[in-house]
Amino acid sequence: MFYLREHRQRAEFREGVRDQATVAMGIAAWGLMTGVAMVKSGLSALEALLMTLIVYAGSAQLAAVPMIAAGAPLWVILAAAFCVNLRFMVFSAHLRPYLMHLPRWQRLVSGYVTGDLSYVFFARRFPKPGQTPQELARQQAYLMGNCAVNYVAWMLSSVVGVLLANAIPTAWGLGFAGILALLGVLSSLASSPLRIVSAGVAGAAAVAAWALPLKLNILVAIASAVAICLIIESRASGGDAPGGRHV
Amino acid sequence: MFDLNPWTLLTIVAMGVVTVITRGFFLISSKPWTLPHWAQRGLQYAPIAALSAVVIPEIVMTQGQLIHTWQDARLFAAAAGVAWFVWQRGVLGTIVAGMLVYLPLKIGLGW
Repeated sequence: MFYLREHRQRAEFREGVRDQATVAMGIAAWGLMTGVAMVKSGLSALEALLMTLIVYAGSAQLAAVPMIAAGAPLWVILAAAFCVNLRFMVFSAHLRPYLMHLPRWQRLVSGYVTGDLSYVFFARRFPKPGQTPQELARQQAYLMGNCAVNYVAWMLSSVVGVLLANAIPTAWGLGFAGILALLGVLSSLASSPLRIVSAGVAGAAAVAAWALPLKLNILVAIASAVAICLIIESRASGGDAPGGRHV
Repeated sequence: MFDLNPWTLLTIVAMGVVTVITRGFFLISSKPWTLPHWAQRGLQYAPIAALSAVVIPEIVMTQGQLIHTWQDARLFAAAAGVAWFVWQRGVLGTIVAGMLVYLPLKIGLGW
């Protein structure tokens, strides 16, 4: 946890902070626009602040706010939030071997604070889970350094966005800075030909399946990209590919 | 400004629970269990797929439709950002280069 001294004292914590700092500006621009959007879509400032502090999932918040304003039934809103967040379940399956040495509540707090970019940076930095308690502790410190920057940049900028909602023109499209941050990280992940295939398939599938409700197009895109890459991989190596080689 | 609808508060708290459950879904159980081998191999393609699935529609779609014009600031900004990354390998620079292209086109030309 980033509030634990034993993590903050490690060099890997500072490394995580440095890595995530490269995208902090994009996250902050995105958080700002999310704060603005929540208020402009009809939440009171207090409700928007509570949502930022409790939910901590920008895309789910943006999906839910118009539904709340329109008086949609609770279960529909929760189903939408769940579907928008489904990709995080994929991430948690990946993170499990890295985090199982922790007690359950620490695992859940770690999962809760790990957003898209923190997960991606972590998976890029540590392709394999540590084999010793020391290694696992260093990996955890990196993840928490990463998450700390993400959390602070997101929360501060969202609060500013909520408070200045009527002074910031949405027409400037500052939220696009967040997309550019994701695009930069996407580029940094494109380290093997199959990963580029994965990005291409997922992007095309997400556009083609856009009409699906509840942002399910994202899940369809991930599933089809992974499936196609696994098929190509097994064809290329006669069905005997070593695991995790390109990670 | 300080209105707090109890129903909205309930919704917000429940959404927080959804965040905890989805982000921690496979971290809840303490029983020994590992992913099947094919899934472990597949996971190396998941992060970039997830990012691409979020990013690409935001660049090439408007209100649920594929855009039909090249006069869109996002296309040029994304191209500038990727070009910067290929050249300099920095995410921060990708954001800055992209926004330097995006804002003049968006505010100046209204693209």
